[in-house]
Amino acid sequence: MRAISNNRKALNTAIALTLGLFMSFPIIWILILSFKSELDAIGNPLQVLLSSWTLDSFSTVQGRSDYLKHFSNSVIISLGSTFLALLVAIPSAWAMAFVPGKQTKNILMWMLSTKMLPPVGVLIPIYLLFRDYDLLDTRVGLVIILTLINLPIIIWMLYTYFKEIPVEILEASRMDGARLKQEILYVLTPMAIPGIASTLILNIILAWNEAFWTINLTASNAAPLTAFIASYSSPEGLFYAKLSAASIMAIAPILIMGWFSQKQLVRGLTFGAVK
Amino acid sequence: MSPSVLLLLGWMLVPLTMTIYFSFLRYNLLYPGTESFTGWTNYYYFVTDPSFTDALINTISIFGGVLFITTIGGVGFSLLLDQPMWKSGLIRMLVIAPFFVMPTVSALVWKNMFMNPVNGFFGQIATFLGLQPFDFFGQAPLLSIIWIISWQWLPFATLILLTALQSLDRDQLEASEMDGANSFSRFIFIILPHLARPITVAILIQTIFLLSIFAEILVTTNGGPGTATTNLTYLIYVQSLLQFDVGAGSAGGVIAIILANIVAIFLMRMIGKNLE
Repeated sequence: MRAISNNRKALNTAIALTLGLFMSFPIIWILILSFKSELDAIGNPLQVLLSSWTLDSFSTVQGRSDYLKHFSNSVIISLGSTFLALLVAIPSAWAMAFVPGKQTKNILMWMLSTKMLPPVGVLIPIYLLFRDYDLLDTRVGLVIILTLINLPIIIWMLYTYFKEIPVEILEASRMDGARLKQEILYVLTPMAIPGIASTLILNIILAWNEAFWTINLTASNAAPLTAFIASYSSPEGLFYAKLSAASIMAIAPILIMGWFSQKQLVRGLTFGAVK
Repeated sequence: MSPSVLLLLGWMLVPLTMTIYFSFLRYNLLYPGTESFTGWTNYYYFVTDPSFTDALINTISIFGGVLFITTIGGVGFSLLLDQPMWKSGLIRMLVIAPFFVMPTVSALVWKNMFMNPVNGFFGQIATFLGLQPFDFFGQAPLLSIIWIISWQWLPFATLILLTALQSLDRDQLEASEMDGANSFSRFIFIILPHLARPITVAILIQTIFLLSIFAEILVTTNGGPGTATTNLTYLIYVQSLLQFDVGAGSAGGVIAIILANIVAIFLMRMIGKNLE
């Protein structure tokens, strides 16, 4: 590769940085506004930047609407559904990757097809079933739904990771006298953990941001942040500092996780079609 | 593998069968106990309702508009980010950050804090410059929604295409440069063909999500004014959970499933090829 001049690099960096700041500007802007008073937040941008900083909005949001309850709902629902789905998916993906049968490919494709089902197509039956079994506005109900929704993605991601574990290494360990238990514990598990970890992260992100079922199946008790923020579509959303504070707390955990999972995101969301 | 197969089979079959069954019933939650079989009536009313045509056009406009922006923008952004630069990790994160923002937050922040003609950011800038602020959601509600959704999905297209670009054979590019190919012909004859497949994948996956856009419409316009921003998903939601018309909502649901399946068939073929 030929050397690239520093000038060229500097120019590239400047252009790309401008683009990056332009794309993430709304996020940066709400981060700034969340530390401003309500009065300063509706001023013109210059006044906003020059005004003093405060933590008031955060305590107002918590005090008026029990923000932490919705935050913990989000945590419970996204973690709960992800772990439950992993529990079901790991054995399946394992079996399909290491002991593939004649139907494995068809089953994988069929699982993928369930993901293509538009949620609104089954909105009524799910809503009625939830009503009849007292699952409306419960965290258990949402955990069940999000587990089922993300199960195909989880199985697919795990499958593509497990597939990359070379079978030869198993044979080698057997030659060295490893028994099945040792094989799983010392050879397979360490190799599978990175794949499982990135599957876990991607699915927490997807479950955290899911906004169709969480809005339609909750009222207040089990409402996670997606549904809670939706309640700001009332005139309350015109209080910029409060809206900013509520929003920034809702997206911060996911932005941090997103930082670590950019590559896995592509693989997971394209079902391995782009790596 | 059987527990996961059973779970998904149940998830797929039970509600689906119920939707199809309901779609042939006259069934309104406000009048319990009056359910009766009506044949294709629900379908007839759903399809001949003028708001169905509006919803269909809006659905297509949203996904056409968003795909146009994200595909052209995604190719441009990914080519730029693929250039050698400093701090590329940080810059890449800045570009793709919008994808991690939950739909309700991005829709409300854009609508209230940027597009609001009085106190919103754009309005403030316009007033400051002595211009007339533009009322985005009053004058162009559908375009505003397309803009917001594009902001969320442009990072996704960029990320996929960037990942694909990084697997491009650099020797091939250098060889073509030695042979005197300029950057335009390198783009047309080497880079673009290499990107054809990831572009298709990105388009198909976005289509699946874009046909089901819901939260962005709910929190910004409620489908209005009139049916100006009602898409198919939102129309079915209104029929089912606001008007309690289970029959018509289910008929709409079946139609949505059929439309999504047409896209799904193409996507599944592309992914299936990868399994071999």
